[in-house]
Amino acid sequence: MKIGVRLDVLVLTIALLSVPVLSDLILSKVDRRIDLTSQIARITSTLKVENAGNDLVSEVLLTIPDNQAKNLAYLTATSNEGKGKVKASAVSLPVEVVHPKGMPPALTFYSVSLPKGLGKGETFTLDVLAVFTHALQPFPEEITQANIQLVVFSDTAHFLSPYTVKVQSLIVKLPEARIESYTKIENTKIHGSEIKYGPYENLPPFSYSPIGVHFEANQPFVVAQELVREIEISHWGNVQVTEHYNLVHGGARSKGEFSRLDYQSRRYVGGASAVRTLVAKLPPRAHSVYYRDEIGNISTSNLWSDSKKTELEIEPRYPMFGGWRTAFTIGYGLPLQDFLFQAEGKRYLDFSFGCPMNEVVIDTLIVKASCLGIISLQYIVHVVLPEGSTDISVSVPFPVKQWQETKFSHLDVIGRPVIALEKTNAVPEHDQHFQVYYKFSNLSMLREPLMLISGFFLLFVAGIIYMHADLAISKSSPSYLAKLQWDEVLAVIQQFQNNINRCLTIHDKLEASLRDLSRTGDVQACKAARKAFDGLLKDLSKDLKPLLAFLQSSPQASQILPKVEELVVKEKDLQEKLMAKHSIVVDGYEKKSGGREIENRIALQQQKITALRQEVDDLLEFIEEI
Amino acid sequence: MVGAGAGAKKTSPEVVKSGSGSSTMLMLKLKLKLKTKQQELLLRVSILCLVYVLAFITRLFSVLRYESMIHEFDPYFNYRTTLYLTENGFYEFWNWFDSDSWYPLGRIIGGTLYPGLMVTAAIIYWLLRLLSFAVHIREVCVLTAPFFASNTTIVAYFFGKEIWDSGAGLVAAALIAICPGYISRSVAGSYDNEGVAIFALLFTFYLFVKAVNTGSLAWALASAFGYFYMVSAWGGYVFIINLIPLYVLVLLVTGRYSMRLYVAYNSMYVVGMLLAMQIRFVGFQHVQSGEHMAAMGVFFLMQVFYMLDWVKYLLGDAKLFQAFLRITVTTALAVGVIALGLGTASGYISPWTGRFYSLLDPTYAKDHIPIIASVSEHQPTAWSSFMFDFHILLFLFPAGLYFCFKRLSDATIFIVMYGLTSMYFAGVMVRLILVATPAVCLISAIAVSATIKNLTLVARAKDNNKVSHSGSLKGSASSSKASSKASLDQSQPFQRNGAIALLLGAFYLLSKYATHCTWVTSEAYSSPSIVLAARGAHGQRVIFDDYREAYFWLRQNTPPDAKVMSWWDYGYQITAMGNRTVIVDNNTWNNTHIATVGRAMSSYEDEAYEIMRSLDVDYVLVVFGGVTGYSSDDINKFLWMVRIGGGVFPIIKEPDYLVNGEYRVDKGAAPKMLNCLMYKLSYYRFGELTTEYGKPPGYDRARGVEIGNKDIKLEYLEEAFTTSNWIVRIYKVKPPNNRW
Repeated sequence: MKIGVRLDVLVLTIALLSVPVLSDLILSKVDRRIDLTSQIARITSTLKVENAGNDLVSEVLLTIPDNQAKNLAYLTATSNEGKGKVKASAVSLPVEVVHPKGMPPALTFYSVSLPKGLGKGETFTLDVLAVFTHALQPFPEEITQANIQLVVFSDTAHFLSPYTVKVQSLIVKLPEARIESYTKIENTKIHGSEIKYGPYENLPPFSYSPIGVHFEANQPFVVAQELVREIEISHWGNVQVTEHYNLVHGGARSKGEFSRLDYQSRRYVGGASAVRTLVAKLPPRAHSVYYRDEIGNISTSNLWSDSKKTELEIEPRYPMFGGWRTAFTIGYGLPLQDFLFQAEGKRYLDFSFGCPMNEVVIDTLIVKASCLGIISLQYIVHVVLPEGSTDISVSVPFPVKQWQETKFSHLDVIGRPVIALEKTNAVPEHDQHFQVYYKFSNLSMLREPLMLISGFFLLFVAGIIYMHADLAISKSSPSYLAKLQWDEVLAVIQQFQNNINRCLTIHDKLEASLRDLSRTGDVQACKAARKAFDGLLKDLSKDLKPLLAFLQSSPQASQILPKVEELVVKEKDLQEKLMAKHSIVVDGYEKKSGGREIENRIALQQQKITALRQEVDDLLEFIEEI
Repeated sequence: MVGAGAGAKKTSPEVVKSGSGSSTMLMLKLKLKLKTKQQELLLRVSILCLVYVLAFITRLFSVLRYESMIHEFDPYFNYRTTLYLTENGFYEFWNWFDSDSWYPLGRIIGGTLYPGLMVTAAIIYWLLRLLSFAVHIREVCVLTAPFFASNTTIVAYFFGKEIWDSGAGLVAAALIAICPGYISRSVAGSYDNEGVAIFALLFTFYLFVKAVNTGSLAWALASAFGYFYMVSAWGGYVFIINLIPLYVLVLLVTGRYSMRLYVAYNSMYVVGMLLAMQIRFVGFQHVQSGEHMAAMGVFFLMQVFYMLDWVKYLLGDAKLFQAFLRITVTTALAVGVIALGLGTASGYISPWTGRFYSLLDPTYAKDHIPIIASVSEHQPTAWSSFMFDFHILLFLFPAGLYFCFKRLSDATIFIVMYGLTSMYFAGVMVRLILVATPAVCLISAIAVSATIKNLTLVARAKDNNKVSHSGSLKGSASSSKASSKASLDQSQPFQRNGAIALLLGAFYLLSKYATHCTWVTSEAYSSPSIVLAARGAHGQRVIFDDYREAYFWLRQNTPPDAKVMSWWDYGYQITAMGNRTVIVDNNTWNNTHIATVGRAMSSYEDEAYEIMRSLDVDYVLVVFGGVTGYSSDDINKFLWMVRIGGGVFPIIKEPDYLVNGEYRVDKGAAPKMLNCLMYKLSYYRFGELTTEYGKPPGYDRARGVEIGNKDIKLEYLEEAFTTSNWIVRIYKVKPPNNRW
């Protein structure tokens, strides 16, 4: 494979050498630094551009070979005017792909527009940051559990440019580990984990000098093949973030046996390049964090939080060896006021685009909105706005594919508008803030609670109607009529009971008046009370008559009628006895006879009264049971 | 309720009118009195509501302890099919041919399952979706069983009310809400047929008893539909279709034949049968198989009875009728027996299945069908598990039977029959405790309710007396009071105190029951069994999530068409969670196929390789508890594999794996044992691992011995994955060597 790459490069080199220079710019100084400490290759170049021609020049061309350009995840150029340490705030310059004519094939050109035209002899310094994914190729491609992972990186020692380069140098920074081999050309030095090429002077345009570095890289090569992030805004005070990861270990594929024994007992020999844990850096005040996958919760995670950040350390269900996959979901809630702001009558969500995990390449990031230092090959962000949001617009600092969807959640009628943003080849550099603007009326917040309330209200109303409505189909059927009659009987019996109960209460009062009498000896008061009660009892017995008559006439009441009649008789009896007792006692007091004497005289009465009262109570209870 | 409400409305103005002269206290008292009926209703409804809620929340321990997940083995299949149903609709589901299981045979899902549970869950799911609640189907499945348990309490209330009184109904609802025998199969996550089937069972019985009590066609039809739901939900419907005829027969024999019974049974049987035949898994079995013949026989018997009644009415002559009776009964019996004999001989009526036999004869399965005997829930029940599952109900049950016999009616005869038969079945098979639970709860409820009612009557009656006495003349002589008391009350001297003491005792027992139930639920029945929890050295909770680790590894890191061979216990889980094809699974429909796997596991590696090649096996999964001390692993199940394998392939002989009839894995184990595939896969490289301090390497903690073969080399397989606690080990079957 190495040889293959070299051959490509050779062909390319030949092609390049035969092409004319197109403008009069000269790069007077180029410093390049390639950082290979993670799986992502970051190339920082500082270019000093000088206009050697006469025409005003307003753009600078950058060149990247096609085979690298397809892995280019991120490219920015910033002006670096403020000299020395006092760098003026870096202004990022617009970069776009161009296709100039007469250029060699297999090259992609990017044009950087300068803030102002560059006159004759003027110079301008700019910093270019290019980030490549998949630039480190594992070699050998398959390793066993005991092997370490080696990777190859190839690039050119000379800065590939359509312009003449006067002075240039290159530093390749490698992780602190073994270097298997590297290309030695003139002026190559090695300093610990840094390889320095150059300086080289006065190289013609399109000079190309392929180099390769083969070194040990045991850092995790985690690639998210798809990352879908969903940011859901609730105006009740919460931003819910849900991230669906679909990860693969993008390093050297593992072959042969996986031995748990070796993995457990000889940690650093058995599976040095395996991914054991991932760390997600969540925003501060994140709460309700969860970590699960399709088949349930994953219990191996830890959460630390302080006022600056929340860190979630997660361990996949199993260690990931080269080529192994896993998938999981993390989710958390965030306080709304940290992310939602208002401007010009609109609300806007200000959220970071990137994912919270370090060093992960994302193949496609779909922000439904956080994500892990991962390369995402496909990253989709979905921003779910509350139902009823209007006038939606998005501002993202770099180009993304975007479209709108609708999502139905709890109690939604028309669905919540969803802004979907898609970015392929996302790297941590894309972790910049983006904004979603929309309009939303506060009253809409009340819609769902009101819906619930009215739902329950209707339910209860329906219950009440059902209980009171007469749902019988045939109003003339015998069973229906019987039921009506029975209801009537029940009502009458209820009245009857009331009546009797009132009588009994009056009896109690009579007794009470007797007790008063024995305490105060006020015969007149007692007599007055007696009179009043007599009247009342008479009224009551008058009321009782129509009820009794009704019960006697109703066939439905036939089975309880005897009891009712018995009760009436007993009650009458009781009443009489009580009156008699009352008369005797009052009499006794009037005649000033002694307490003992009176008591002896009423003792018999008293026994009967007690017995009667008991029977009446029993009967009442029996009737009540119906 | 309408009547009561209306009564209250009508009378209250009158109170105001007549109360003009009297005091306000009078009014108040009247009003309170007025409401006693409503108070009772309110009390009953609120108790029922509380019981309903209680039945639901007591089943949520597992969700709180672990998570909202599906438990055990079969529920995973149910979950998978429900998912399929909600995603693809009913017709797709009905016609589903599942090629992911029983490779290479496949399984016709629609025709081999009871769809009631899945359809129920799907309907709940669709309904919630319709009401715009964005729930996940998993949540619905997890909570289906508790929801139906709650509904069961309501049915138990009405059933209790029907056979005894509303008090017994309330007690029954409360007892069944927390009875461990029922909870064991209906905790949240235990998404199994039994979850809804017990509800359907009790509901059918209730409707049938109601139909018998009223003789109403409507109730009989309702019970037929209840029966249909039961048939669609669980194979246990056979219990209904045999118990009801038995009950009818008992009624006929005891001379309780009535028109009500005739209407109830005939309409229930005919409509129920027609409906049941719509379930594909049952189909014509319902009229052809031996298990259903009793119902049909009783059906014809009912017609004979009816005809006899009619003839008796026409003849009006006792002697003539006796003669006629003799002739008819003999002919009817003869015709019946001949029909049955012919049917069986011609194969039109299929004989009883092994499962049915094993119910009637507990030793049958052990001798003839090892695969049924091997299932742990098919073991005969131990006394301790009766105590564990029923607690005080166990001795309230006979008391309840006593009360039932004291007040015999059609309904109490039914509950007695149900109680006795299901108690017998519960003794035969552990899992049938579940069927007995509702009956035990109902009968015990009768005992509790009747006892407490009697006791409170005694206590209250005395109370009333006392009140009325003290209400009489206050300063009166104590002697007269005592005499009146004696004259009113002829019973034993310490009756009242005794009653109060007994009441307290009853409440103590019931509260013990409640604590026991809660304890059992939380400790024994709320573990998902797929996630294991243990206490660590410092008392913290340690979770072993190895099963899911392995299944998820399979799902993510093997080719989508990989075939996995494992013992059948794990089949459903592998297809549901691992999403890979399995050779055998928990639907043990093909004994030969299972025996083939058993044979592969118990053969030497090279022989096993041939078998595995012929089955296209790519991965082999074994469960191994030697590191963690997890005892229900494959080594402990291994003898069943040998037996089942040997049952079909006589080349496998059980004695080869035993030493003097003893099953061992240490140095003294049989040579065949030490070199069979299962042993090798379980203990591969285990000899190098130190599991416990102070023990030699290769010390098996599940069996407490040092293993006998520490130098295991695999020739045709390689270790593909082992979970972090070694509970699940997956091996890859190597492709055949190139010949050149």
